[in-house]
Amino acid sequence: MADKTFYNEVLTDHNMHPLHKHALECPDLVMEGVNPSCGDEISLQLKVEDGVIRDGSFVGEGCAISQASADIMLDMVIGKTVEEARELSGIFLRMIQGQATPEELERLEEAGALEDISHMPARVKCAVLGWHTLDEALGKA
Amino acid sequence: MDKQSDLRKYREDFPLLAEWDLAYLDNAATTQKPRQVLEAVRRYYEAENANPLRGVYELSAVATQVYEDARALTAEFIHAAQPEEIVFTRNATESLNLVAYSWGGANLHPGDRVLVSVLEHHSNFLPWKAVAERTGAEIVQIPCTPEGEITEELLRSVLTPQTKLVAVTQVSNVMGRKNDLKKLAKVAHEAGALLMADGAQSVPHMAVDVQDLGVDFLAFSGHKMLAPMGIGALYGRKELLDAMPPFLTGGEMIEIVHWDRVKYAQVPHKFEAGTVNAGGAAGLAAAIRYLQEIGFDRIEAQEQRLTCLAMEGLKQIPGIRIIGSARPEDHMGIVTFMVEDVHPHDVASILDRDGIAIRAGHHCAQPLMDYLGVNSTCRASFAFYNTEEEVEKFLASVGKIRGLMGYGG
Repeated sequence: MADKTFYNEVLTDHNMHPLHKHALECPDLVMEGVNPSCGDEISLQLKVEDGVIRDGSFVGEGCAISQASADIMLDMVIGKTVEEARELSGIFLRMIQGQATPEELERLEEAGALEDISHMPARVKCAVLGWHTLDEALGKA
Repeated sequence: MDKQSDLRKYREDFPLLAEWDLAYLDNAATTQKPRQVLEAVRRYYEAENANPLRGVYELSAVATQVYEDARALTAEFIHAAQPEEIVFTRNATESLNLVAYSWGGANLHPGDRVLVSVLEHHSNFLPWKAVAERTGAEIVQIPCTPEGEITEELLRSVLTPQTKLVAVTQVSNVMGRKNDLKKLAKVAHEAGALLMADGAQSVPHMAVDVQDLGVDFLAFSGHKMLAPMGIGALYGRKELLDAMPPFLTGGEMIEIVHWDRVKYAQVPHKFEAGTVNAGGAAGLAAAIRYLQEIGFDRIEAQEQRLTCLAMEGLKQIPGIRIIGSARPEDHMGIVTFMVEDVHPHDVASILDRDGIAIRAGHHCAQPLMDYLGVNSTCRASFAFYNTEEEVEKFLASVGKIRGLMGYGG
């Protein structure tokens, strides 16, 4: 399926077996994210202490892209400082716009599997839902 | 199958279908345009354009003629009693809003009821909801059968003497099922109510006779029937249109305007404020002539053949659920379905990668999605220019989806 790089193993695996799709006990931050046009919705839940994201999870429903992207994002930002998470979010958004440098792409680890979305304008909002919600949540940290 | 090869030659009239290597199966959203329509619009702007209905010079008279000829042809096309019963609008949405604001604003009072079927596109629901909020009238939902039909019994179940209007689609843009408007109009009229029909999904695909159906209003869009975007029509019975106040006011819809005294134009011009879309009307006329040349018997036969092929094929694929009736003959070229475990947007993206365009989402019918207990669905919708090969390509792609997404085939 060379022509189907978009729905690759990383994405389908995170969609079918998400590690972080559950409710968090006593989260410090809860932020809802919605794509009104397609109905994707997530509730992002974070524990932030001393400027570090100690734990995080999400619940919600939507397409494979929105759900897998949120799961991959949590994999990456748990244990990172708020500053680092914001930086990764900026890189992810640049990747989706096709503007990230090769060095930046390397820092995105598994999230790089979503690079191909830059060629699918209709699905961009699905891929960035988790990251936008994270930005919004951290804005309140 | 000879009839099919017969229709296939019409496909060559559609430049976009040659430009794109794409199975375009989103015809319920908008159709592609044949050369004849594009040429009619071009001819209007190259040889017939002036501001219609106003200029005293010959060219303006030519423009007016093109525009009014289009009206007469549109009237004949849906068997209106006279051309004055056709109001040109931007699309079905504007036609529906026109009736809701003008007729509804003048005729609805607190305690009155408007019955709106659960099948309706948002465009035949939200205008009524808005006018109900302004007038104090009540909106009541008409339920549908599991196959997606509004039956006489279901209409009667919510019909009361307070009912002033029944808003119902002729063909649901989700279920594809045709409603028997003739029977529904009779039931509505017996209760003293009018019937507003949404013809957006029916007029492009079947012969419609408004006098035989007995509907009071019918709305449809040009762009779903080969014409350009931005031209649509409202049919209304003459005496109803005559009695209704204007919707939009401005130029070209008046007879006399003084600071303290205004006399509006007669119908249909009363409802066509501002410079009209004469180029669009020329395109709509060309589209109607094109459809008439093929004939709805052949159009319906081909669309039914494709629907049948698609539904029989989908039934063979594990994990597919078809929304509405299981019988292809109950679907007017519209097949809505779900792939188990896979979100409709992912289905549409995968099909897109395989060169197939379908619609995914709520189809501007969220109350119906709620009623069906689903968030969103996938929809393939056919036109006469689609081919059996395109349906096969669609089925092959749908058949791979669950495996591709990691759900054991």
